[in-house]
Amino acid sequence: MAATQEEIVAGLAEIVNEIAGIPVEDVQMDKSFTDDLDVDSLSMVEVVVAAEERFDVKIPDDDVKNLKTVGDATDYILKHQS
Amino acid sequence: MSSTNRTVVVTGIGATTPLGGDVASTWEGLIAGRSGVGPLEQDWAAEMPVRIAAQIAVEPGKIIPRPQARRLDRSAQFALIATQEAWKDAGFTAKAGEDGSVDPDRLGAVIASGIGGVTTLLDQYDVLRDKGVRRVSPHTVPMLMPNGPSANVGLYVNARAGVHTPVSACASGAEAIGYGIEMIRTGRADVVVAGGTEAAIHPLPIAAFGNMMAMSKNNDDPQGASRPFDVDRNGFVLGEGAGVVVLESQEHARARGAAIYAEAVGQGISADGHDIVQPEPEGNGIAHALQNLLQNTDVRPSEIVHANAHATSTPAGDIAELKALRKVFGDETDHIAVASTKSMTGHLLGGAGGIESVATILALKNRLAPPTINITTLDPEAGVADIIRDKPRPLPQGPITAINDSFGFGGHNVVLAFRLDG
Repeated sequence: MAATQEEIVAGLAEIVNEIAGIPVEDVQMDKSFTDDLDVDSLSMVEVVVAAEERFDVKIPDDDVKNLKTVGDATDYILKHQS
Repeated sequence: MSSTNRTVVVTGIGATTPLGGDVASTWEGLIAGRSGVGPLEQDWAAEMPVRIAAQIAVEPGKIIPRPQARRLDRSAQFALIATQEAWKDAGFTAKAGEDGSVDPDRLGAVIASGIGGVTTLLDQYDVLRDKGVRRVSPHTVPMLMPNGPSANVGLYVNARAGVHTPVSACASGAEAIGYGIEMIRTGRADVVVAGGTEAAIHPLPIAAFGNMMAMSKNNDDPQGASRPFDVDRNGFVLGEGAGVVVLESQEHARARGAAIYAEAVGQGISADGHDIVQPEPEGNGIAHALQNLLQNTDVRPSEIVHANAHATSTPAGDIAELKALRKVFGDETDHIAVASTKSMTGHLLGGAGGIESVATILALKNRLAPPTINITTLDPEAGVADIIRDKPRPLPQGPITAINDSFGFGGHNVVLAFRLDG
């Protein structure tokens, strides 16, 4: 069953909390991974792999660079989840 | 600033070891003659020929926040914890450049390990094999590279004069401190954070060292297994942890009013040219390093009162070292009180030179040398030197010097000398 937008944001918040130690409530749609959430380029790869597994979606490396904000990632997952 | 023969002093020390999570608890353990060795209770240990080790007393995960820890190999975590203590102990309250106490361009870092990020390498190989390519951590390379601990320490203190990682197996930590002394002596830096770290308690290194017949298999008596100079010694006990010192030019330390532990007088280095793992049995390579120490520095045998021996509790190595002392120092060997703190900490490989330099510096400062424990029957061949047994030994008043020996597979020999004035 496909995840809702709310479920995806909550899931990403848990992943970012695990990887970067940012409180889950700070992980909002408009937040930039690198500028606001302490996720550098290497940690972003970890976020993507964890999100792929959690939401059963494939995010090719070429698409990762377009995922600047939590909203970008949420929209991508919403569109591409199987 | 361009002087090439400056006096170097120690202004800070830090450690996390099998005896304690800091310098004070480690020193208390050393003086009490406490063993840090215990049984390995991990599931994988059951099938190992060796089921004992000197594991860290305070897990680094209790100190380093999880998001930071997940991108640091365990050896880098130990190095950072020891550095934090040493940096603060030296009186620095912020990164270089933030409070004016040290210029980042004049600050170096030299942290070594014998094996590097071996647990990261092996754990990530397990991930690759069991979970697939995609799951291999993107942090793997900076975690497993041998210069990882040095680079992370360099970032922590903001060292920009140079960050280095000499690798010489179990002599690595001592070689790092020697390298740091040279950086300051020759004018490349005013302050250097230097030391050694190791985190290799994992089934592969234990199986490999075990199959070399290098490790004690006294699984039924963990605390008595590391017994340097005892007639029944049968190999080393693997330890883990880190020891770090802050080295500083005497003029820089005086200018900022820093407390000085001891002078880091210098080093003697040599290579055996004998065998890839066996020590040269007569101690000729070690003697060469001791002679180089006397040649390169103003250390005189008459002032040496203590040696923190490399002695790992192997049948051949322990005696070769004592023979070398007698060969070079002759009758002056009689006033050198020799201890192997590995009897308590186990053998930290590349971390050994770090924590044993800390122990040597504290022995001078407290004028009290730690003992060698577990000598039930002294090897008659160890009679060529004065071995401190069971209880710590007070050291004389006045200016005194102590040496710290470290030797590594490959035939690497490093001797460091520290001196306490008046």
